[in-house]
Amino acid sequence: MPTFLLLAASETKFDRLLTMSPVDYVIVVIYFVIVLGIGFYLKKFAGTGEDFFMAGRKMTAWIAGLSFISANLSSLETMGWSAMAYQYGMLATHAYLISGALPILFLAVVMMPFYYICKTHSVPGYLKLRYGESSRSMAGLTFSAMTLLVSGSSMFAMAKILNLLLGWDMNWSILVSSLTVAIYVTLGGLISAVFNEVVQFFLIWLGTLLVPVLGLISCGGWDNMMRKIQENVKIVHPLLPANTDFTCLWHNLSSFDTNPMGIDWFGMLFGQGLAIGFAYWCTDFLQVQRVIVAKNLRAAQNGTIIGAALKMCVPLIVILPGLLGLALLVNSDGSPMVLVAENDPRAMITNHTYNDVLPLLMGKYLGPGLLGLGITAMIAGFMSGMAGNVSAFATVWTYDVYRPLLVKNATDKHYLNVGRWCSILGVLLSIATAYSLFWFSNILDYLQVLLFFFIVPLFGVVIVGMLWKRATPAGGFAGFFLAILFSIAMWVFVHYFPDGYKPQPKIMIGKGAVVSVERVTVPTTVKDKGGKPISENVEKIVKVIIEKGTVAVTNVPVPADVGKAEVTLPATAEALHTAVGEPRGKNVPVSVLAPEVVLASTKETGKFGLSGVPVVVMPGVEVKTNDVISHFAPAPFNPANAKIIARSDKARPMAVNVYSAFWTLCASILITIVVSLFTTPKSDSELKDLVMGLTPLPNEGACAWYEKPMLWAAAVFAAVVLLNIIFW
Amino acid sequence: MHEEHQVPIWFFIGGLLLIYGVIITVTGVYLWIKPPPVAEQVQLFKLHADVWWGCLLVVIGLFYSIRFNPWGARKETICGRD
Repeated sequence: MPTFLLLAASETKFDRLLTMSPVDYVIVVIYFVIVLGIGFYLKKFAGTGEDFFMAGRKMTAWIAGLSFISANLSSLETMGWSAMAYQYGMLATHAYLISGALPILFLAVVMMPFYYICKTHSVPGYLKLRYGESSRSMAGLTFSAMTLLVSGSSMFAMAKILNLLLGWDMNWSILVSSLTVAIYVTLGGLISAVFNEVVQFFLIWLGTLLVPVLGLISCGGWDNMMRKIQENVKIVHPLLPANTDFTCLWHNLSSFDTNPMGIDWFGMLFGQGLAIGFAYWCTDFLQVQRVIVAKNLRAAQNGTIIGAALKMCVPLIVILPGLLGLALLVNSDGSPMVLVAENDPRAMITNHTYNDVLPLLMGKYLGPGLLGLGITAMIAGFMSGMAGNVSAFATVWTYDVYRPLLVKNATDKHYLNVGRWCSILGVLLSIATAYSLFWFSNILDYLQVLLFFFIVPLFGVVIVGMLWKRATPAGGFAGFFLAILFSIAMWVFVHYFPDGYKPQPKIMIGKGAVVSVERVTVPTTVKDKGGKPISENVEKIVKVIIEKGTVAVTNVPVPADVGKAEVTLPATAEALHTAVGEPRGKNVPVSVLAPEVVLASTKETGKFGLSGVPVVVMPGVEVKTNDVISHFAPAPFNPANAKIIARSDKARPMAVNVYSAFWTLCASILITIVVSLFTTPKSDSELKDLVMGLTPLPNEGACAWYEKPMLWAAAVFAAVVLLNIIFW
Repeated sequence: MHEEHQVPIWFFIGGLLLIYGVIITVTGVYLWIKPPPVAEQVQLFKLHADVWWGCLLVVIGLFYSIRFNPWGARKETICGRD
């Protein structure tokens, strides 16, 4: 049972991770000046609706491609997937290969001709042409809501992270960044968002690439890194089976218990790859918008393929830091540092969280100037995520909700003004969403859930509609609507505990409580600065005494006379019906957490986290007991129900989400086909330019060999296959 | 879209990287000459990554700034070059 040292200092290492120098602040300020300057400069080039919403459809292949990837490369992505790599090892790379580059190639080669030739301004716009108004309206409303939630999540995550990293006030972070985004998106529309995304692409790469470079040097190379990872994961991820392999892409997917995700090859290929990857990259309008505004079909396809090639390179700055975190992050005694999930009670009390892996490495390797560039890259990433979602929201709301449902047949100038006001409204609603997320702790999980609620069903109906002319409007609507309901039902099912969910037993000592502790001294081997092992006597806490204040006790048996007489709360308690990944059984250690307490002996403020030690509660201490048994819990997964969805009781949360996406895609396609067989399809003349077989490709003239999309698509595909073989 | 000649995005990128490169390189050289105490140094300080990374930014910035200079004699197409 692990115990932790008492941190007696009032300023602990969790108050802020990084300290910026004046040079770093100058770099950040320059960035804000530049993006605002670009916004003001580009206003004169956004005088019509086509200019504002579609950047005049004149983007070149390179700008379209860079913007395509940058819109996705927000800091939620960089920090979030570094965190995923820390949790799941090399398997996280699949998000960029079979679930990234391959679907993007499919978009370029198969779907882009339909999107581009029909001249739709949005994916819901394609639904209107293919299936009718009802499908478009539903897609428009769901997509609008989703973009606001994602934008707000970006804003909230940025404010929280800047607060944790730098100690910046969260309200000021939200205000400054949202005001900046509002200004440049309202002024310049999509072209302003796209141009700033290209700037942000360079900043994100140049600001973060040095971390994995220095990390690999520090590790002594790739092979050394992999060896250290396999050694450290036994301590960092103690609940996983001993033979779990963190270092390969496919070799460890032959069974559910040989990899950190608890998934098999089928789930990875068809769930992560087909369902999630294809759905996101082929139908999420935030992405698709950036390439359908290219100046011609060839530029749109080449731009998309450029995006695929760049996507393959992103693991260098995203996955590699997560892996380096497993190998390099150590405590002062040389033991591997254990990071925990955001909703873990130890988070930010005694342990950093998974999302801290990239900032921790930045603080380790980046000095003044470079750190400012890295922070700017993170801010740029967040803002590009926000701006992308706001511009997508403005387009979809104006063209797919406002114009068809509210004010039809107005002038172009009217819709342009609506678009500008929508941009401001989008930012304001995002701020409201951001503040509502203060009450939630698991942003990335909710974003992934939104993806398979709304985007996966959309992909199912779009791909059937593009490839099968027999698909009917009724079939499309039914497939979309019922698949959304099906995915929501699956989500509820895996979070439903018919026998009751009982969270881990926990004792939370209230702020300002006065405590004393009993310690014993044990000899421990630690490492000095040179890495040489030395023996040291270390004090460990074996009992906590709460003398004054309040304490909240969850799922721990408490004697009836607590608060009136001295009582001792047990070091272990029962934790049955717990979720996937949590220890279960009758004698699990009770967590004792003290975010801010006063030591009785020294009167100093400190905080600590322990487990498996008895806690004595003196008379007069206010005790709040809480026996939590709920039938529905949105964060943990019921192992028995998760096994039905993900085919294994060893499935971790991501494996459950991946399989849920796969079943949702199956439902969407099946329902669309079945309902279509019993309803009336549109005529061929109505389906011209919308379906395979009825969409003649435009003759854009001869081109040089290096401008042919199929050539580059084949090259990128070959590279993806090669990488999968190399890292098998 | 407004048909006035538009400054290519690559010029903005070049200018920004050039400014950042100069700041980071100068900072790196200063810290090389007057290093901070060992306890305040980042890991691998002796590699002086800030100097060579800053120089890389300067090189990239100069390339884009000069290549896509809007005041140069070369004609630029609207919305950047392929």
